Amino acid sequence: MMMNMAAARPLTPQPTAPDAIVEIRGISKTYGADVEALRNIDLDLPRGKLTSLLGPSGCGKTTLLKIVAGLIPPSAGTVRVAGKLVEGPGPERAFVFQDFALMPWATVLRNVGFGLELRGVGRTEREATAHRYIAEVGLVGFEQKYPHELSGGMRQRVGLARALSVDAEVLLLDEPFSAVDEQNRRKFQEDLIRLRTTQNKTFIFVTHSIEEAVYLSDRIVLLSPRPGRISGIVEPNIDRSGNPDDIRRDQRYLDAVEEIWQGLRKYVE
Amino acid sequence: MANEVGTEREAFGLAPTATGQRTVAARFVDRPVVWRLLSIILFALIWEIAGRVPVSFAFPTFSATAVAFAEMMVSGELPKAYLSTLQPLILGIVLSTVLGVGLGILCGLWRPGEFMAIPIFIVLQAAPVAAFIPLVTFVYGIGIAAKTLAVMLLALPVIVLNSYKAVRNVNASLLDMCRSFLGSQRQAIMKIMLPDASPVIFAGLRLGVAAGFVGVVLAELLITPTGIGDLITFHRSRADYAEMYATIASIIALSTVTLIALQWAELRFLRPEKRSAAR
Amino acid sequence: MTIFGFRIPIMASLIVWAILWEIVGRLDLVFLLPPFSEVLGAAVDLVQTPSWQTATVTTLRSFVVGMALSIIVGIPLGFLMGRVKVADDLLGMWVNVFSSAPLSALVPVLMILFGFGERTIVAAVFLFSVWIIVLDTRAGILHVSPSLVEMARSYGASRKALYGKILLWAALPEILAGVRLGLIRGVKGVVIGQLLVAIVGYGALFETFSRNFRMAQFWALTIILFAFAMVVAELIERVERKVEYYAGAR
Repeated sequence: MMMNMAAARPLTPQPTAPDAIVEIRGISKTYGADVEALRNIDLDLPRGKLTSLLGPSGCGKTTLLKIVAGLIPPSAGTVRVAGKLVEGPGPERAFVFQDFALMPWATVLRNVGFGLELRGVGRTEREATAHRYIAEVGLVGFEQKYPHELSGGMRQRVGLARALSVDAEVLLLDEPFSAVDEQNRRKFQEDLIRLRTTQNKTFIFVTHSIEEAVYLSDRIVLLSPRPGRISGIVEPNIDRSGNPDDIRRDQRYLDAVEEIWQGLRKYVE
Repeated sequence: MANEVGTEREAFGLAPTATGQRTVAARFVDRPVVWRLLSIILFALIWEIAGRVPVSFAFPTFSATAVAFAEMMVSGELPKAYLSTLQPLILGIVLSTVLGVGLGILCGLWRPGEFMAIPIFIVLQAAPVAAFIPLVTFVYGIGIAAKTLAVMLLALPVIVLNSYKAVRNVNASLLDMCRSFLGSQRQAIMKIMLPDASPVIFAGLRLGVAAGFVGVVLAELLITPTGIGDLITFHRSRADYAEMYATIASIIALSTVTLIALQWAELRFLRPEKRSAAR
Repeated sequence: MTIFGFRIPIMASLIVWAILWEIVGRLDLVFLLPPFSEVLGAAVDLVQTPSWQTATVTTLRSFVVGMALSIIVGIPLGFLMGRVKVADDLLGMWVNVFSSAPLSALVPVLMILFGFGERTIVAAVFLFSVWIIVLDTRAGILHVSPSLVEMARSYGASRKALYGKILLWAALPEILAGVRLGLIRGVKGVVIGQLLVAIVGYGALFETFSRNFRMAQFWALTIILFAFAMVVAELIERVERKVEYYAGAR
């Protein structure tokens, strides 16, 4: 069931829902003297669900994601993941980068295993895990290839496999498909839906594409720009268990997309 | 270099024939080796002609120079001179490499070092440090130490600056990635910074070697000549211009060949096709 | 090279070094290093001597003529190599070889061809600076967006218009960068040329000062020379920056 803008959740802090794995309280981020990227964000992100942060550019969605990841310190407020206060990156969170962030001098196998390498996991175990997730993302046969030999879509699969390998509870994805062409993006989105049935993780997804957000998410957090604030929350509640191609023709999908667009269009006009 | 849109030929409609129908001549002409050979032949020809039409009485022909070169190789004159010249060159470059890369990386990672050292090296790289070479003799005399120092004076700044630049310009996204997977500072330096910086550092070494050659030649012409410098001045004083030119050509050729070999090594081992080329 | 434009750190650090120099000089730690203040004093005295002034005129003259020649020859050559593939194939190898070869080895050749006077120095400046100008001009031409050229042709541009109105401007950032690097090399050329010829201009002065251990004056001359090289490079870089605003959108 979807909610329209008027019935969106109020912005006051909610009593902690029992299944919230990420609790964001009062997060603000200001750059320099006067660039306010985020203002007073209060948000709970439910465990095991895929939540999207959606908004036009300048709304601070990537900033918020990186704060949750521990890569950027907030100017004010706190974030808790699985009850623990966030003060930097942690093993329970894994990040997937928009520009893939692959080491060009390393093979796919090494890149996928890099998170484990940094933790001191032994080589055989590391490679075994890497092989497993390489298969999971559909890159079997490419283990010895270098990033420059792969297409953009394949490189992002490597990034995804790397994030999955470290077995984090929360996966943070920063516009992972924006640097990938349309056909590959659709394939990716389908694969992500399929992946969620086997991987019982929480996904936090940043995107600027309304269709992508509605296609993939259990919950969409809408952010408005300058300064970044939550302007609403939408739950498309689409049944994704069937054929992925049917999702885009589901009436609830179409209605949700339209509703969100009407709410966001004022930011580009 | 493939035919590019925007060259005169393309712009004026003389596009190549469709692929698969390249004439034998066209394919032959495309190979760079052919053009290099043609280029050398052309150069030799122009030199030969210029020598015969007397541009100056002191301008030997290409053939005369080539003969002189062969004679000096056979008599051992040239190899012996190189043995003497190569000592300060190699020593100076090795020292410059070890010191330069270390110092450059240090300055890249440590702000105080950057603040104090880098401006000095910028000045040294841009300014004509050749003026200092005669000065070197006051401190180190006229032996191999002075000449090694001359080599270092020219090679060290460029190596330091390139290593520094390489470390400062490491891909920020990769560093973020390393941090997000809980890499320590040491892991970031060893596993991300150094591999990412290697192509630029190596390019700096290549430039350092080129500078080293300049340094040793200057040292031998400005300080007491030994080796190659000695041969040049000796033959000049005896008006053996063919021999003089042959010596000069040989050092330029050696420098060029060394640099090409380094470039080949760079391409082969550091695979810069994976990253933007260093300048 | 944006490091060059990094004004504040450079100035600050050099001031620190100047202070260190002063201390080392006062303490007479290194024979070759008189106190910095003494060097500055010597510099002030030096610029008033006729010998320095004549030397500067000679040096500047050779430098300017040599640079003018290398720009007049280098830029068109770069254009040629960038536009005509045959020229590039034939000449490319040599330009690359000479731009990284120890050109000082060629100065003795210049000396026997042009004698022991100013002409040799001009030739040395030309020799040192021309190759990088050719290479950077060529690079600039090659980087001109093909769409820009097609656009000009589609609107009926003549060859002259294409070169003068499009190519020159589109390649200007790289050309200026090449000229800047050429200037730096040219200064090295004039110094090396004069050091080897040793009877003209600054080379002669350096020789005199170092032979007679007049270190304060030696360093004074060095600083003047280095300052000249840096100032000229900075000026070109300012011009480059004025042109660079459109470099990103070419």
